[in-house]
Amino acid sequence: MWETIGIWFGAFLTLCIFSFLYKDNPFYKLAEHLFVGISAGYWATLEYHNVFRPNLWDPLTREGRLLLIVPFIFGLLLFSRFTKKYSWLSRWPMALIIGIYAGITIVGYGSGDLILQIHANLLPLWTDNWLTSLNNILLTVGVITGLIYFFFSKEHKGALGAGAKVGIWFLMISFGASFGYTVMSRMSLLIGRVYFLLGTWLHLLE
Amino acid sequence: MRREIPIAICFLFGISFILEYFIPHEGVLSIFETIRQWAIIVIAFAYVLGIANLLRINYHVVQRKQRDWPYKIILMASLFFMITVGIVFDILGVGLGGIGEGTIFGWVYYHAQYPLQSTMFALLAFFIASAAFRAFRIRTFQASLLAVTALFVMIGRVPVGESLWAGFPDFTEWIMNVPQLAGKRAIMIGAALGAISTALKVLTGLERTYLGGE
Amino acid sequence: MRKFLEKLERLDRRVIFIFIGFSIALPLLFPVYTDFSVTAPVEGFYNAIEELPPGSKVLVSCDYDPGSMPELFPMNIAVFHHLLSRGHKVIMMQLWATGTLLAERAMTEVLEDFPEKIYGEDWVNLGFKEGREVVMVSMGTNIPKTFPTDSRGTKVEEIPIMQGVTNFDDVALLMNVSGGLPGTKEWVLQVQSRYGVKLGSGCTAVSAPEFYPYIQSGQLVGLLGGMKGAAEYEKLLGRPGTAQRGMDAQSVSHIVVFLFIFIGNVAYFAVKGKKKRLQVSR
Repeated sequence: MWETIGIWFGAFLTLCIFSFLYKDNPFYKLAEHLFVGISAGYWATLEYHNVFRPNLWDPLTREGRLLLIVPFIFGLLLFSRFTKKYSWLSRWPMALIIGIYAGITIVGYGSGDLILQIHANLLPLWTDNWLTSLNNILLTVGVITGLIYFFFSKEHKGALGAGAKVGIWFLMISFGASFGYTVMSRMSLLIGRVYFLLGTWLHLLE
Repeated sequence: MRREIPIAICFLFGISFILEYFIPHEGVLSIFETIRQWAIIVIAFAYVLGIANLLRINYHVVQRKQRDWPYKIILMASLFFMITVGIVFDILGVGLGGIGEGTIFGWVYYHAQYPLQSTMFALLAFFIASAAFRAFRIRTFQASLLAVTALFVMIGRVPVGESLWAGFPDFTEWIMNVPQLAGKRAIMIGAALGAISTALKVLTGLERTYLGGE
Repeated sequence: MRKFLEKLERLDRRVIFIFIGFSIALPLLFPVYTDFSVTAPVEGFYNAIEELPPGSKVLVSCDYDPGSMPELFPMNIAVFHHLLSRGHKVIMMQLWATGTLLAERAMTEVLEDFPEKIYGEDWVNLGFKEGREVVMVSMGTNIPKTFPTDSRGTKVEEIPIMQGVTNFDDVALLMNVSGGLPGTKEWVLQVQSRYGVKLGSGCTAVSAPEFYPYIQSGQLVGLLGGMKGAAEYEKLLGRPGTAQRGMDAQSVSHIVVFLFIFIGNVAYFAVKGKKKRLQVSR
């Protein structure tokens, strides 16, 4: 029974959101605010069950790992930004988070996106197969001219300008492919909702 | 010292993530492991801070009876409801409390949050079609390159494309594996260089916008 | 004709919405089940699991939310089914809080075909952990310290499937079902390039184009891109699901969008041509 009530409730909320396609209305606003509230409550609950309890509270109180007081205090310091007098203390945990992500970025992007990607593009331009050779030439030319386009320290004139122009062509092809895939993705999301309404709710699908 | 200490914290914690890549010593690695566990906890608090801020802002809207204030009450009520059934009920041992299948929390997630979030994103399908109709104009050679590629990919990636021409999927894969890949790789390498330089500026204290004013 | 094209250029967007709605609904109501072939990235993903020795431990990170469910939920189910049907052990986890209950539901659906599978021995859910890339890097050193308990509160040391699993060296394959950030890109940057673990990805179609360089460089063993990728994977497994069911609707909707772009440009250039002629005549 609760499952059936849930399906009807879900269908009602789905139609409330879809009503925005006609124009903004109280049903849409109700659904929108319900969504924000439920999502925020969901996140807070999951943080409690999956991080606060197993990684902080239980080890601190039951296993005696007193060093965890440090991140606990840092975490609480974040809330000092709600006060005018002590809001400067919230910079400490913020700096910790920013520093950590900066360090992670350097290592991750350096190895994953920079070195390995450049290495993968060092391809033989002449092989036994003409199509492989053509593909490798296109890849090499495309990456180099694409990077030339992003070099803004010198004006795009002469050879540099020609390189940048070719680079734009490759970038436009990649943006076109991204647009095509984006359309595919968005349509898939709508297919999912229509499948729910016609199939799960109204039982019209075989 | 209000700015110097955070910059020092930023540098010390950031450099630890770089140093552990190069120092395989077990004793040193265990210190870095502890720092990572601390980071997970502090980041979780940051998410809770965001939620607390959401409450603060909406409370002020209700207090001053600003635009759409009744809806803000619904927002806050639903937030507290989820916390109550997910955390409070679980602590008190109330039946159907906690998270997971078979709980009130789970029911609200599957039958409220899931349809709401899915439908919000499903709206994009309509808007992308409308935007494509109004704004997608093939005015220049570069725009036509973009449009033609998009059309080849859109038709080639679905079964009807293969029905029209058996070689369509292979041609689309070629577009994805060669010219498209070249463009994406160039963007990737450029973005990686930008990200690394920005991260270095943050670590060395040259970039301090995250500290805010004063 | 020109007046009609001028009107068309100013078409109310709600008319477009109606066309899009019908282009999705009608193929779902009256499916044709057009056939399609399987592409190389999907074959790579499939073969990565097929080539594993029996009883391998596979880490599956379900990083998505209801917003990307139509594309990724069928993938998630198919991956779990593939792994369990080949006798592999599944260690699942989530880096998105909203993925926790979805991943549990996917496994619940799959377990209907495998009632003999035992929690803790054949599969385990480590649950969600906040921290994104920090969690990934932390797992590279010590998975039990990062996930002290599973999603049900049991200590990880007491779970049979987790015996001998300390870091990524103890896992044969890492599969990521990714709805965005954190997701496949972060797994590639922080884990694959650092620890060398084999990584396969199922992602939304929006993200798929940017992961093709990772396939070419060998950083990804395979890629399922969007609902089409999920449908191809279902075809390889011989298990038609919601992804395959949606392919007709996908085809028709793409044709409709293509026609709207075409008509929009025809109308634009017709109106633009008229305006130019009017200017010249003045």
